[in-house]
Amino acid sequence: MNAKNVDALSAYFLEDLENNQETHTLSIVVDNEPGVLARVIGLFSGRGYNIDALSVSETEQRHHLSRITIITTGTPQIIEQIRHQLDRLVPVHKVTDLTVEARRKGHEKPLERELALVKVRGQGENRLEALRLAEAFKATVIDATTEHFVFELTGRTNKVTQFIEIMRPLGLIEVARTGVVALCRGSASMRDEMAADI
Amino acid sequence: MKREMTGAEMVLEALKDNGAKHVFGYPGGAVLPIYDAICQQEEIEHILVRHEQGAGHAAEGYARSTGKPGVALATSGPGATNMVTALTDALLDSIPLVCITGQVPSNLIGTDAFQECDTVGITRPCTKHNWLVKDVDDLAAVLHEAFYVATSGRPGPVVVDIPKDVQFATGTYTPPSPQKTQHQSYRPAQKGDITAIRAAVELLARAERPVLYTGGGVVNSGREASQLLRELAELTGAPVTSTLMGLGAYPASGKNWLGMLGMHGTYEANMVMHDCDVMINIGARFDDRITGRLDAFSPNSKKVHIDIDPSSINKIVQVDIPIVGDVAHVLEDMLRLWRCENMQPNPKTKEWHRQIDKWRARDCLAYRNSDEVIMPQYALQRLAAAVKGKDYYISTEVGQHQMWAAQFLPFEEPNRWLTSGGFGTMGYGLPACNGAQVANPDALCINVAGDASILMNIQEMSTAVQHGLSPKNFILNNSYMGMVRQWQQLLHGNRLSHSYTDSLPDFVKLAEAYGAKGIRVTKPDQLDDAIAEMIETPGPVLFDCCVAQLANCFPMIPSGKAHNDMLLPDEATDEAVANAIDEKGKFLV
Ligand SMILES: Cc1cc2nc3c(=O)[nH]c(=O)nc-3n(C[C@H](O)[C@H](O)[C@H](O)COP(=O)(O)OP(=O)(O)OC[C@H]3O[C@@H](n4cnc5c(N)ncnc54)[C@H](O)[C@@H]3O)c2cc1C
Ligand SMILES: Cc1ncc(C[n+]2csc(CCOP(=O)(O)OP(=O)(O)O)c2C)c(N)n1
Repeated sequence: MNAKNVDALSAYFLEDLENNQETHTLSIVVDNEPGVLARVIGLFSGRGYNIDALSVSETEQRHHLSRITIITTGTPQIIEQIRHQLDRLVPVHKVTDLTVEARRKGHEKPLERELALVKVRGQGENRLEALRLAEAFKATVIDATTEHFVFELTGRTNKVTQFIEIMRPLGLIEVARTGVVALCRGSASMRDEMAADI
Repeated sequence: MKREMTGAEMVLEALKDNGAKHVFGYPGGAVLPIYDAICQQEEIEHILVRHEQGAGHAAEGYARSTGKPGVALATSGPGATNMVTALTDALLDSIPLVCITGQVPSNLIGTDAFQECDTVGITRPCTKHNWLVKDVDDLAAVLHEAFYVATSGRPGPVVVDIPKDVQFATGTYTPPSPQKTQHQSYRPAQKGDITAIRAAVELLARAERPVLYTGGGVVNSGREASQLLRELAELTGAPVTSTLMGLGAYPASGKNWLGMLGMHGTYEANMVMHDCDVMINIGARFDDRITGRLDAFSPNSKKVHIDIDPSSINKIVQVDIPIVGDVAHVLEDMLRLWRCENMQPNPKTKEWHRQIDKWRARDCLAYRNSDEVIMPQYALQRLAAAVKGKDYYISTEVGQHQMWAAQFLPFEEPNRWLTSGGFGTMGYGLPACNGAQVANPDALCINVAGDASILMNIQEMSTAVQHGLSPKNFILNNSYMGMVRQWQQLLHGNRLSHSYTDSLPDFVKLAEAYGAKGIRVTKPDQLDDAIAEMIETPGPVLFDCCVAQLANCFPMIPSGKAHNDMLLPDEATDEAVANAIDEKGKFLV
């Protein structure tokens, strides 16, 4: 689907990548079994879909279910394809396009958060400045010596990115980010729509 | 009834309990326990192929000709990787296949053990689902699930990879439960949304220029679906076309039949698709061989799409009324609504039928015959005449001969036509023909082949001889990879780079070397007698039909062109062929 050389002559040249691209957050409930993440990721790479961010962990131990959150970019038609293609995988219980859900309920976006660990090395004024800024961002210090801090920061992707950029001139040396996790606002849950016997 | 047994015994027990009667396979170290169990029972018959790809395609032919799943068995490593082409082929054509592979013992997995490969990793993208079974107590349930997943919803291939120690281990076998327990996460739809179905029926009743565009999904859905399709065509009077995969679902002798559509489809079918005002897609997937140029695809029609797989809908063509469900279920509802409300076709469809008759009169499959050389189309017409009224199955290889077979051989019933459509796998035809023969021992099974394709799995002649199968390989021998040569003529200034096969074997001697019968014809007037001889020969035959070497397959929608921009045989001068595809079209396949 990455073809840019020829206009829409054949199915191989579906749509121009640049046209009406949207970013969507998908939440996927899957059986927590070996290989399930490979299936999901293989689907994206095999069909040429984008993964902007990905996070995964078991969320319901009793039922051995994991939740995968993927942020992807594509035309509305491609995003619909992605949803159906994911749904086709046998161990996938449910796929929700949280962006569509949020819009449907009149919200701009679903609830999205990311966690980052940010290591900053430095001394003197830079060190103090880093600490002051961390406070302003509500980041907490989870490790320190006289030469470094490790900050923990949670927030929207924008905020995390901004924090990292600010730390760069102050001695930033290492970053780890979780990728986004997301839920719908409101009292409803994905479980409500899933098969009752799960 | 629960019973204790070894993993290997469970495999056979599960096959029986899921209705399998035949397995196509090839032994090796990692499946020896299963082979040991095979030779100690009688209900499941094992057909020994000569290459694992042959096992896969044979299982496909078996499945397509019966509507039941095909079963294939291979050893670890090279056995499993040899199966990959057939699995992918089955995935693209939605063929139910259960493939069992042996794996190195559990404790050696990941150590680069002898004949180890990551079978589930390699086959993940080419199966509907796959499993590595690590505990013998899970084996029975996984095997039952494998049959369920392969055959339900949109059918497809599955792989169950079983380490050797699990085959030896003893565990508890539980038979499949008679009442289908619902799968936890996999639940394909059957019934379509009735509101959408009603809207579709009303649209069809109002249509002035309707068409039923049918596909492999009708065949997948079962005999019932073909019956209902015939009723719908009869009641609504709508003309019917089909993709390569759906041939036979509507009978070629039916009065609404337009012939196949698409790149090598008929003029009338493609013109109807282009000019219709209501298109009902029944189990087809808007493949690129069908749509041609997308922005000119049926520009003025309202489109309904009936498909069991939601991901097929709006994938390539946006439709007005999507209906997710099984063809037979949806058609049943459509017919009921049509009858209940006593609907009648729009009187304006009369005009449409007159127009269609004019297109038909164009006689788009005409070709110039010869007394001197055998034209491939003529050979197939003689074959069609010879098999008329017989109980026959036709498989094909891939190339021009495949397209000519689709154009010139008539199919009156579903499941009679076995071809590799989505993947276009040369080497499919002979093993698929063997598979169909195993399932239908008394039928006449013919593989329409090209001289290049037949060599890709020629070793399966040996399988046929050993197992008393009688595939009739009708080889349209033009010494070229004809389809490749045709494209080189269209796209590359007729520079025939490596599409001529020098040193072809003598097919008559080759047949004899396998202990089979070889027949050669070079003149048109020899055809009828030779074909009769082929049909009467009890065992396998290689029929070397030496045809005109440079014939092209028409009609053709050149790449990048619209349905109403076909290249017809009587217009296809050398110059027209050379200029048929423009610069942009050359990028397409
Ligand atoms: C050399 C060559 C040339 C070719 N030229 C042509 C050509 O000219 N014309 C042509 O038609 N093809 C041609 N093909 C074949 C083409 O590539 C495709 O394989 C074919 O067109 C696809 O057929 P289909 O749309 O019926 O889909 P299939 O692959 O048969 O898919 C079936 C569809 O039905 C759905 N389905 C399955 N089961 C059910 C059910 N129970 N209920 C409802 N829906 C169901 C599936 O989800 C799927 O969407 C050619 C192939 C080769 C190799
Ligand atoms: C395994 C495989 N390799 C290559 C191709 C590409 N290909 C498509 S048709 C064709 C030529 C087929 O020649 P032949 O079997 O002689 O049939 P003809 O077209 O002459 O009827 C080739 C090479 C293919 N479809 N499958």
